[in-house]
Amino acid sequence: MTADSKKQKQMTNILIVCTNQPIAATIGRLIDKMEGWHAAVALSLNDALEHCYAKTYDVILIGSGISQEHEDVLNLHLEKLNAKTPVVKHYGGGSGLLYAEIYQALVKK
Amino acid sequence: MLRLNIIVLSYPTSTSILNKYCKFVSTKEKKIMAQTVLHTANTRGAADHGWLKSFHSFSFAGYYNPERINFGALRVLNDDFVTGGMGFGEHPHDNMEIISIPLEGALQHKDSLGTTATIKSGEIQVMSAGTGVYHSEYNPDAANPAKFLQIWVFPNKRNVDPRYDQITIDATTRNEFVQILSPNADDAGVWIYQDAWFNMARFDAATAKTYSLHKEGNGAYIFVLKGSIKVDGQDVDTRDGFGIWDTDKFEIIANTDAEFLIMEVPMKF
Repeated sequence: MTADSKKQKQMTNILIVCTNQPIAATIGRLIDKMEGWHAAVALSLNDALEHCYAKTYDVILIGSGISQEHEDVLNLHLEKLNAKTPVVKHYGGGSGLLYAEIYQALVKK
Repeated sequence: MLRLNIIVLSYPTSTSILNKYCKFVSTKEKKIMAQTVLHTANTRGAADHGWLKSFHSFSFAGYYNPERINFGALRVLNDDFVTGGMGFGEHPHDNMEIISIPLEGALQHKDSLGTTATIKSGEIQVMSAGTGVYHSEYNPDAANPAKFLQIWVFPNKRNVDPRYDQITIDATTRNEFVQILSPNADDAGVWIYQDAWFNMARFDAATAKTYSLHKEGNGAYIFVLKGSIKVDGQDVDTRDGFGIWDTDKFEIIANTDAEFLIMEVPMKF
């Protein structure tokens, strides 16, 4: 295992699933500011599924434009992958609310 | 108590006794089952950003307390103090009902819906963030601070079209509950996408009133702005928060002249 991949493994990887690109980008920036956290963005359900099949995430944040049906589909695929990734809703990113929701998800994991 | 209940239920002909007894049990049970939580003012999270001093009743920004994430659908209650001429730069929200109540001074609001508005003490502003909205808020008075409550409620419907509204609220009525928010567009106050009702109240000392919850399963979070009140027997002082649920009503008595906000929200949503 290389030093880089070790570092990557220790990171908390968070996937943001949100169809509103500017909001997703803001959330991503806020997450990346946190030490040890790394954000990836998926702008559609298909994009999110591709991310999940390629890599294991610690938390998945469901943002605007993602319906309950899409969230259910995502959960079904995570089950198939045997991934115990918590999927939680988020609400923009202009404040610290985002962090509390992520902390809660990580604790419950 | 349970054994008596079974005995009465086994005699269906005694309907009058049954009704009387059930009513008694029901009232008694509600009294016994009512649950409460007290958040005293000095236990709130505090943030001092220089231009912004904020007290958080629930986890927010750098304040994280797993015991205080939300009260039912009420997620954020921030008691904010914004220095003159300063404010919150543009930032996004989605799928949240955001209510601002200025207590002193004014805030200038601009959002991605094209709204530019100034909201001042005596008014209430609501924004349904829905699919996403960017907004900024500044204190337009360079010389004086603005104080306001920032309240976020989880919506009962996601991905709605964002909307903005503001109205003037009744700031003169005393010794009554004044509704300032509901789920209904044609009801008093602003409306939001949630089965929530907010009431503002200004009580003279010794005034007593019973608050009846509008919907089964709802609870109420009472935040005291000025003075001291007693809620369900518990003293609640300035800037304290008190939550009560698993009941259909509760009594509020003003210990002193007092001003407070009752936020009724679903406990499960």
